[in-house]
Amino acid sequence: MLEQQRDYVLRTVEERGIRLVRLWFTDVLGNLKSFAISPAELENALSDGMSFDGSSIDGYGRVQESDVLALPDPNTFEVLPWVDSKSAEARVFCDIAQLDGNPFEGDPRQVLKRNLKAAQSRGFAFYVAPDIEYFYFAPGAAGTAPVPLDEGGFFDLTTTDITSSLRKETIRTLETMSIPVEYSFHEDSPSQHEIDLRHTDALTMADSVMTFRFVVKEIAAMRNVHATFMPKPMEGVQGSGMHLHLSLFKGDTNAFHSADDPYNLSPIAKSFIAGILRHAAEITAVTNQTVNSYKRLVPGFEAPVHVSWARNNRSGLIRVPVPKRGSEQATRIELRSPDPACNPYLAFSVILAAGLRGVDEGYELPLEADANLFEMGDAALTKLGVDQLPQSLNDALRVMESSPLVAEALGEHIFEWFLRNKRAEWRRYKTHVSQFEIDSYLRSL
Amino acid sequence: MTVGLLAVFPENPSVDMARTLDLSGYTWKGVGGADALRRLSPVNGWAGAVVGCDEDPESGWALCRALRRLEHPVQRILVLIKGAQIGDLEVRDDLFDDFCLSPFHPRELEARLRHMFFHELKSVDAAVIEHAGLRLNLETYQATFDNRPLDLTYMEYELLKYLVREPGRVFTRETLLAEVWGYEYFGGARTVDVHVRRLRAKLGEEHAHLIETVRSVGYRFGSSKWSG
Repeated sequence: MLEQQRDYVLRTVEERGIRLVRLWFTDVLGNLKSFAISPAELENALSDGMSFDGSSIDGYGRVQESDVLALPDPNTFEVLPWVDSKSAEARVFCDIAQLDGNPFEGDPRQVLKRNLKAAQSRGFAFYVAPDIEYFYFAPGAAGTAPVPLDEGGFFDLTTTDITSSLRKETIRTLETMSIPVEYSFHEDSPSQHEIDLRHTDALTMADSVMTFRFVVKEIAAMRNVHATFMPKPMEGVQGSGMHLHLSLFKGDTNAFHSADDPYNLSPIAKSFIAGILRHAAEITAVTNQTVNSYKRLVPGFEAPVHVSWARNNRSGLIRVPVPKRGSEQATRIELRSPDPACNPYLAFSVILAAGLRGVDEGYELPLEADANLFEMGDAALTKLGVDQLPQSLNDALRVMESSPLVAEALGEHIFEWFLRNKRAEWRRYKTHVSQFEIDSYLRSL
Repeated sequence: MTVGLLAVFPENPSVDMARTLDLSGYTWKGVGGADALRRLSPVNGWAGAVVGCDEDPESGWALCRALRRLEHPVQRILVLIKGAQIGDLEVRDDLFDDFCLSPFHPRELEARLRHMFFHELKSVDAAVIEHAGLRLNLETYQATFDNRPLDLTYMEYELLKYLVREPGRVFTRETLLAEVWGYEYFGGARTVDVHVRRLRAKLGEEHAHLIETVRSVGYRFGSSKWSG
């Protein structure tokens, strides 16, 4: 099988006149990394991997040995549709291994594979469908405030045209790269857009999210527009989330579905939800990994603030969408906290680990919180037993630090590096004197 | 699967015959006699013939003789005869290559045709598969639709190849997963649905229907007038 896959890649490179093959992988923070090789080197790369110095990649550094191997996954080989055919290029995702061939513990893709194997050993395939929000802005110098494209009146009509044609072009490109799009629309905020991807297994989806972010930015940049997945780029308007629709399948059967339950939720679905709720605070640093992420998780902007679930309450952490009648395959849960700046491999890993812990230990599903939580006082919430999500990156890191579940899901190497890196980010932020402080205190104090 | 165009006699064969030929993936044309045979002949000649000698033996055998005398003599002729006509075969060994008793069982006719065209099918198999504008070159792994290259991942290509090999046949998800993937995959059985959705997108909106969902069973390539 592997032999045939390699042959397929090599022949396609030859037949399509590919000049450059880009080897893609992801650092611990979720940044896409790439180096290019010529077709002549590809055969060797496919059989033996390409070694490179990992010490300059975020989260890849080790004390003894800094060299690692990039092993292309031939199943992810795709021709890049936006490069013209004269200088055709292709890309392939890589697994990162140690020089002895064992999986490298700093590689997020390998971490997700390990977690998916754990699910597979229980007979489960983990399916994910993300709704990804992002903004288009006019290009500006680094450090300047973002300028939305479809606000400002003067060029309203023209600029609205630009963003919707950008979105159309983006979707066309995604489809030719094996990333089917379910819906797309203009979101609430000026210049904010949403593209919903059709569900796939979690590994394919994590690769797709990496490709998605790259494609959105690349297509925008070609028209001199800046696309951003920053969770809260503008004060006072909705931020960008990445709601995740999650389900577990056993073979052809949706393990979350039960025809007997009034909510169509199986006992597995209920304890999976309970698992995510109980461990929600522990995994938040991974699903919402920037200082800025926590400016999105505030009341009033359709982002979750409380650890709760409900069928049709968009203020809770988990929503259980009501599937179309008889549509058993569509039974799923929607996790609303993650933002599109997360590392999808690591986020899917900790979410799956939390859910499966609930299934393994048969956690009891708490009562549904169907009142609008945003409008309730703290005392009323405490009475309901509803906790809040961590309020800052610092809070989230503190909870994560003492979580054996997250340590196990990520592996010691990434767990420790992530905490160290993110604490440094928090320290930099804590010592920064913001415009808010200048405006509030400089004159009055 | 294409071996080329087959001549079929009588001009309007039975529904069973038409269905068997269609579902087995043969392209064919009904011919009423020797004149039609010459008039309708493809440039490179007929690839073979299925001749009913069961109802009208005289015209049937005359057609066989005409087939052998064409500019490109037809080398693959299957005749249909009734059980009582077996004796007719003895003196006509040069006029046919195989025979099938009428009324025939579709599976038997299909098997006899496959065997008769074994060499043609083998060489076709090794090179290209074509169906309704779709062309897969099995040696170079390249797929085109109306000569436009399709950029497929390896698994998309393999799935398409598997479906296209037997147009009209319905495959269950389990079969496709076992035969095309053949190993434990993170996605499980739903993986097939994911890949079908991707293939449809790559074929383009107007051709997406070529991969048909057969409700609560699986998938089939190429719409068939015998379905439903």
